[in-house]
Amino acid sequence: MSSAVSLQQASHTGHDVDHGHEHHQSFISKYIFSQDHKTIAKQFLITGIIWAIIGGLFSVLFRLQLGFPDTTFPFLEDLLGHWAKGGKISPEFYYALVTMHGTILVFFVLTAGLSGTFANFLIPLQIGARDMASPLLNMLSYWFFFLASVIMMSSLFTQTGPASGGWTIYPPLSALGDASMGSKIGMDLWLMAMAMFIISSLLGGLNYITTILNMRTKGMSMTRLPLTIWALFFTAVLGVLSFPVLFSGVILLLFDRHLGTSFFLSDIVVAGKILPNEGGSAILFQHLFWFLGHPEVYIIILPTMGIASEVMSINARKPIFGYMAMVASLFAICILAFLVWAHHMFVTGMNPFVGSVFVLLTLLIAVPSAIKVFNWLTTLWRGNIRFTPGMLFSIGFVSMFISGGLTGIFLGNSALDIHLHDTYFNIAHFHIVMGVAGMFGMFAGIYHWFPKMFGRYLNNTLAYIHFWVTMVGAYFIFWPMYYEGLAGMPRRYYDYANWESFKMFGGLNEFISVVAIIVFATQLLFVVNFFYSIWKGRKVTTLNPWNANTLEWTTPIKPGHGNWVGEIPEVHRWPYDYSKDGQDFIPQDVPVGENETRH
Amino acid sequence: MKEFFVIAIAVMIFVVIFQISKASEYVSVLKGEETTRKQNNKINGFLMISFLILGLIGVWICNEWYYPKTLTPQGAASLEGEKIDLMLNITIGITGVVFIITQVLLFWFSYKYQEKDGRKAFYFPHNNKLELLWTTIPALALTVLVVFGLKYWFKMTSEPPLTTIVNGVEKKTTLVEITGHQFGWEMRYPGKDGVLGKKNFKLYNTPSGNTLGVDFNDPASLDDIHVSSDMHIPVGIPVKLVINSMDVIHDVGLVHFRMKMDAVPGIPTTLWFTPKYTTEEMKKRTGNPDFVYEISCDQMCGKGHFSMRGTIVVESEADYNKWLASQKPEYYTLFPDKDPSKMNQAKDSASANKQLAQVSIAEKK
Repeated sequence: MSSAVSLQQASHTGHDVDHGHEHHQSFISKYIFSQDHKTIAKQFLITGIIWAIIGGLFSVLFRLQLGFPDTTFPFLEDLLGHWAKGGKISPEFYYALVTMHGTILVFFVLTAGLSGTFANFLIPLQIGARDMASPLLNMLSYWFFFLASVIMMSSLFTQTGPASGGWTIYPPLSALGDASMGSKIGMDLWLMAMAMFIISSLLGGLNYITTILNMRTKGMSMTRLPLTIWALFFTAVLGVLSFPVLFSGVILLLFDRHLGTSFFLSDIVVAGKILPNEGGSAILFQHLFWFLGHPEVYIIILPTMGIASEVMSINARKPIFGYMAMVASLFAICILAFLVWAHHMFVTGMNPFVGSVFVLLTLLIAVPSAIKVFNWLTTLWRGNIRFTPGMLFSIGFVSMFISGGLTGIFLGNSALDIHLHDTYFNIAHFHIVMGVAGMFGMFAGIYHWFPKMFGRYLNNTLAYIHFWVTMVGAYFIFWPMYYEGLAGMPRRYYDYANWESFKMFGGLNEFISVVAIIVFATQLLFVVNFFYSIWKGRKVTTLNPWNANTLEWTTPIKPGHGNWVGEIPEVHRWPYDYSKDGQDFIPQDVPVGENETRH
Repeated sequence: MKEFFVIAIAVMIFVVIFQISKASEYVSVLKGEETTRKQNNKINGFLMISFLILGLIGVWICNEWYYPKTLTPQGAASLEGEKIDLMLNITIGITGVVFIITQVLLFWFSYKYQEKDGRKAFYFPHNNKLELLWTTIPALALTVLVVFGLKYWFKMTSEPPLTTIVNGVEKKTTLVEITGHQFGWEMRYPGKDGVLGKKNFKLYNTPSGNTLGVDFNDPASLDDIHVSSDMHIPVGIPVKLVINSMDVIHDVGLVHFRMKMDAVPGIPTTLWFTPKYTTEEMKKRTGNPDFVYEISCDQMCGKGHFSMRGTIVVESEADYNKWLASQKPEYYTLFPDKDPSKMNQAKDSASANKQLAQVSIAEKK
């Protein structure tokens, strides 16, 4: 059977879609407390976008201080009140901004916004299921996230300000209100928000794993899953196994703060007061934190790897190169992710032997990462590449992953980390490899699946502007930071003017700040494009606009709750039969022909 | 008023870009969507190769401008730091080659294999030989880096030598205790006995001014010297820092010596290095008359984190000894009546106090 036939079939069933069995739903059950995985995905996405704007705006504010430490901006006082007396952000608020920027982007945007969107949206559609294993838990997952968002947001409006001890909230700083303004009520709200967030993440993760394992359609064996699903599967496993450890850290920290326990506190004199705590270990918290914190960076990057693989294969019109190697390297990264957390702690005075083990395991991760990069390159080789916006961001993703990933080899090698730890080198490394690459993967996914989500296209011209400005801007912002880091410039400084060793980068900091503002404005262009196109974008008129093989494109243009009208299609092949036997593409639901070559 | 203009202009640019983009959609309908798509594809393919070329030039320019500022060209100021610089250069070399190869392939393939009429993509799902190749090569390269790295790591994190032979003379390793607090550094030297007296945070401010919580019942603490300004260390002899914190986690960052270690309350840490140049020599080497060795706090510690600056004076051993001799033990500052230089004036009360002190030591024992 040819692909054309299957398309016809699908469009035939697509006629009586529009509302189907959904017409009786009220607005609230359809858009607010919806149990449809597609609506929940959109809820995660839109909440994520709102958070991303806030988090990005915070970075613009602190970049103003970093780039122009001697200038006052009167409008900041109008905007922020006592946090920016005389138009200059106060150090306390600067640290609050830095902390919230990290928290928001890492957890609320690149974890919930990313996994929440694409796991919810793609898993049932791509494995051929009508919904998640438990739509109710799925809905709760969003609403716990919403609750976490409300609590975190409310901490911005407290008298003493939000948490300001860095997104890693190391005690004792985060445990003692006397040590920092942000460690007063702001920290309690941070911890409660994170507790809610973790519950949300667990509900979501368990659901994703169960759905992938149990609800695949007929013929969809594990080795026929698209790489997006594999990536989301390993991401969910990582989250389910590591977030509870952070939960314990959060709870113990709350105990230390309010119940007089000494899990993380010992030998402390703060603000002239001798504290009674003895016998705790501040380092213990770092172990608990990074046992999540490191898998967390893979929770961010794995889904985007999956998205990039999928989008690149479709738009290069070639199968992804080395499917099994891609799955195996995802698996290897997933396992290693649990075994490397202490490489964030090389300079805490840890046992050097323990440190050496973590060096070895950390640098091992470079092997599966290298496999992935070379496989992506080979996927492009001799392809027939269409530069859709999704494809551009996928190529950008690979470029960023290389530029940021390679410097991980510096930081993972403990002896070098002594010099580079907590400098701008580190900032550049994780922003490029996790922040920018993560965002690029997310953009790739949004541009690629927007037609499926909303039945309309995003504006292409805006998308191209968005991509190229962001691509160039991201390199302008973060590449020079490697040099600042090589000079040992410490991160999280409010002002470098008094430092003989670091003050020579003033001009560079100014340049970076200007570019950061332009790049931020470009993201707003994307946001406008996004919301405008939901209602006013060009309508999708074909079932399969990208000529892709995966199952989501066999659903009606705007699938209702339940996804397929009639039977769920049966799967006969892997999802990467592009340019095989002279055919441009062969969707997964097309049976294998008798004379077809096997790969 | 100025801000209004800036905002108004920004909004206008925004609206213009948006309108042009919208218009481009209508144009594409007029021209035929397929034609527009192919045109866009060509433009993006061209941008890909331009990005590669301009990007590589940009990387080179960035290197020309900023590499001289990274302190790497002027070299590390400690023997151990030189090892780190060597490793840094090896790693830059290896990763640099990989960076250029992969980025060139990525953008060149994107440009070369952009969609063309009549081109057929090559069905190439896997190839075990190739995959094996790029599993083993990175693994081998990493093995080299790990071996180098761990060799230096174990050397740097081991205990410092107790003594070192400098020009045929045996020199004892300098011992300095450094304690971080919000927001500054305190130094303590062990005095003639070479042993730092015990501390207990509960003794903070007893007597008033005992900001480190030194236990003066420990005889070893009686000759300890407390310094709140520059840290002085002699050149050419290993120096061991014992690192403490009074309140939150700080970090002793010594950028010129390429050293760093956290200061954790309740858990003392150490680091050691061998300074190679005196401060005066570094002024000449860097051509900067204001050069100074700085101690930066490298672990977020509160609102004054960025101002937690300490300085180190590296000097010849003779100068160091002269400086050390001029410092008064903290015991005498906190208990002025015990000060031998004032003994003659208040002999009686001093001996009475001494008896008291001995009694209290005996009680402790």
